[in-house]
Amino acid sequence: MNAVYGLFAGLSALLLVVAGFAVVTRRHFAAVVGFTAFGLLLSLAWVALAAPDVALTEAAVGGGVTGVLLLSASVQMRAKMEVLPSWGVRFIAAVLAAIVTAGLMLVVLMLPDEAPTLAPAAKESLAFTGMGNPATAVLMAYRALDTMLEKVVLLLALVAVWSLGRDHFWGGRPDFDFSTQTSGPLLLLARVLVPVGVLVGIYLFWVGADEPGGAFAGGALIAAMGLLAFFAGVARPPLVGSGWLRWAVVAGIAVFLIVGFGGFWGAGDFLAYPDGLAKPVIVVIEVAMTLSIALTLVLLVVGPPGRRP
Amino acid sequence: MSSAALLILVLTLPVAGILLVVVGGGRQARGISLAVLVGNFAVAVGIGGAVCRTGRAVTYSSGGWTAPLGIQLRADGLSVVMLITAAVVALAVGVYAPNEFAVRRGGVETRRSLAFWSLLLAVSCAMNAIFLGNDFFNLYVALELLTFAAVPLVCLTGTRATLEAALRYLLFALTGSALYLLGVALLYGNYGTLDITKLSGLVRYEPGMPLWVAVALMTSGLAAKTALFPLHLWLPPAHGGAPPSASALLSALVVKGSFFLTVRLWFDTVPGQAGMRTGQLLGAMGAGAIVVGGVLALKQERLKLLIAYSTVAQIGYLFLMFPLAGHVGALSGGMLQAAAHAFAKASMFLGAGLMAEVAGSDRLDGLRGMGRALPLTTCAFVLAALSLVGVPPTGGFMAKWQLLSAAFSAGQWWWVVVILCGGLLAGGYMFRAVRPTLVEGIQPAAAIPRLREWVVLALAVCALLLGGFSKKVLELLDIGRPQITEMRP
Repeated sequence: MNAVYGLFAGLSALLLVVAGFAVVTRRHFAAVVGFTAFGLLLSLAWVALAAPDVALTEAAVGGGVTGVLLLSASVQMRAKMEVLPSWGVRFIAAVLAAIVTAGLMLVVLMLPDEAPTLAPAAKESLAFTGMGNPATAVLMAYRALDTMLEKVVLLLALVAVWSLGRDHFWGGRPDFDFSTQTSGPLLLLARVLVPVGVLVGIYLFWVGADEPGGAFAGGALIAAMGLLAFFAGVARPPLVGSGWLRWAVVAGIAVFLIVGFGGFWGAGDFLAYPDGLAKPVIVVIEVAMTLSIALTLVLLVVGPPGRRP
Repeated sequence: MSSAALLILVLTLPVAGILLVVVGGGRQARGISLAVLVGNFAVAVGIGGAVCRTGRAVTYSSGGWTAPLGIQLRADGLSVVMLITAAVVALAVGVYAPNEFAVRRGGVETRRSLAFWSLLLAVSCAMNAIFLGNDFFNLYVALELLTFAAVPLVCLTGTRATLEAALRYLLFALTGSALYLLGVALLYGNYGTLDITKLSGLVRYEPGMPLWVAVALMTSGLAAKTALFPLHLWLPPAHGGAPPSASALLSALVVKGSFFLTVRLWFDTVPGQAGMRTGQLLGAMGAGAIVVGGVLALKQERLKLLIAYSTVAQIGYLFLMFPLAGHVGALSGGMLQAAAHAFAKASMFLGAGLMAEVAGSDRLDGLRGMGRALPLTTCAFVLAALSLVGVPPTGGFMAKWQLLSAAFSAGQWWWVVVILCGGLLAGGYMFRAVRPTLVEGIQPAAAIPRLREWVVLALAVCALLLGGFSKKVLELLDIGRPQITEMRP
């Protein structure tokens, strides 16, 4: 037992140090590295708390996607001066953060010892969904409407990034071509790792039905492989105007909608699954979703079109 | 499909529209969007009909999973009034916008055409989701949808100034989302449900510190998104710098989204429980908005900035309902104000866009002779101004009248002073905006399609009619409300 507490204490201390470093450091790049490390450590903390689903998501989103997005922003800002917000702004931010933290510290210990939770209810209805993993049942059955709307948010984020491009580049490729600076080891890595990574991504999505995993984690991993291929110059980012790209980006939501309305006809309710067919139907949605998520994440990182079509 | 299924339709119809716009490209974007917005309006009216017919709130559980495990959508009187308001404004913006976001000759998609039409539909979808949400996490997703639809609208022109305004808006909005989400997590940790109906039952018996910290976090996050004074700093450059169609959406609708959630939190989740002081604090911030926004609007030289500062001031009235909660007229006054301001402000921003197209800029001193050049628009402009000032019989007047009577019955005379001062200030800045348009002057000839002028006028007439039909609207607002709302706290 003591060893477990020691592990928790060490992890917590490390988290605080890394978080502090990310806030205090004056260089973008260092802050981003700190933030990414924080995300990965946090996912370890979730593992320690026996929440592997959250851990996987934290690793994919907090450590992975956000880290890459921040990193590419930081690289693009490197040419410009490192501007710090004014003293007053930083002071106000510090005070506000302190107030929020104090408020949370005050009440977090007041929460009921036996946390009221819907987890038993989520497990009870598991049989109706054909899933073995309650987290996936929440995402794809009980609260599938939220999952669908979140995918719309992701699509809007892409539209927002695209809308930052210049008018005369519209329909062209993102300016994300590293083929001239490719090094041998990177090329080798891209050729060896990408197929394996894509396979692992597909596996992650597939086991999501019964074990931790799912469309988002799988999609994020596949996206990372796509980016690696771009970095190594093995592949080029696509034209944002191309038809197949648009279809692939909306596929996840489209299948969701079709299944949703099919539910009226097949099971009496929007997004209700017919008896016994829940699992195959959910898998169909997730296939389309994994594709859309992977592609959208890649497109978010490579940015708006930066070359003429 | 029952009439309850309309709740799902009003969420998914705009989503389907967004997908078609993204896939179909710019060529079809306008046609698709207008068809969807007309459908959206029809479904909103259908929901209104169902609520009126039954005299009760209409609910729908997605996937057949009932709350709290599943998500319940719920349409009561408040939802219906706001749904229809938002549908009218979005449709009007869609009809008005084509010239601004037209597709290049030959049907080639442009950056602006894709972004504008998909974001317009996204705003529509997000507003509907907020008005129907009955679960605080579902509402968080709706709020995020709204943020990601609204922020890019600010920088559609792509100039440096608008990019800066959009970035600042994004920072405020995301901080707001984070605070809201923290509060939601606390609520779940304390009560084990996020369903508003269930929560309102639980908090009555087990209030406590965690509840109030959660409510405080959520309220401050929502206030930042609503641009409540002193968190309004992002609003004027964002709303004043965006293209007119976008400004109309942002000012008329988007800020009402987070406001509506604040109402759900205070009036539906913890009704009659908040202490006197917290309500007074929100009211004081509203009063600050009315005064500071009004004074700053008086100083503006550009029409769109003047209208944007007027939004800061008008948002202030919305928050006067919180200190008056529990008195007849508080809730209905605030909701009437939200609807009347939506119509009047959309009309004003769209009208200002037409004026700027004719005059070449939106400087106030360049608007002379506008009354002759654009008679319909100027007429609409005057009508909308009257509603914002609160002159009878407009919707703006009825809203302020309701708030005044609530203030009288609560014996809180200080809000009466604030409302009257706000009216004077609004009269002052609207006079500055309207006066040059009515003075003789020569405007360059510009071909503005009549349809666009009629749209501007129609919105202003809606603001006027809201006053005439206020009795009906007030009855509608009462449908499906928990009884506790209009009792003394």
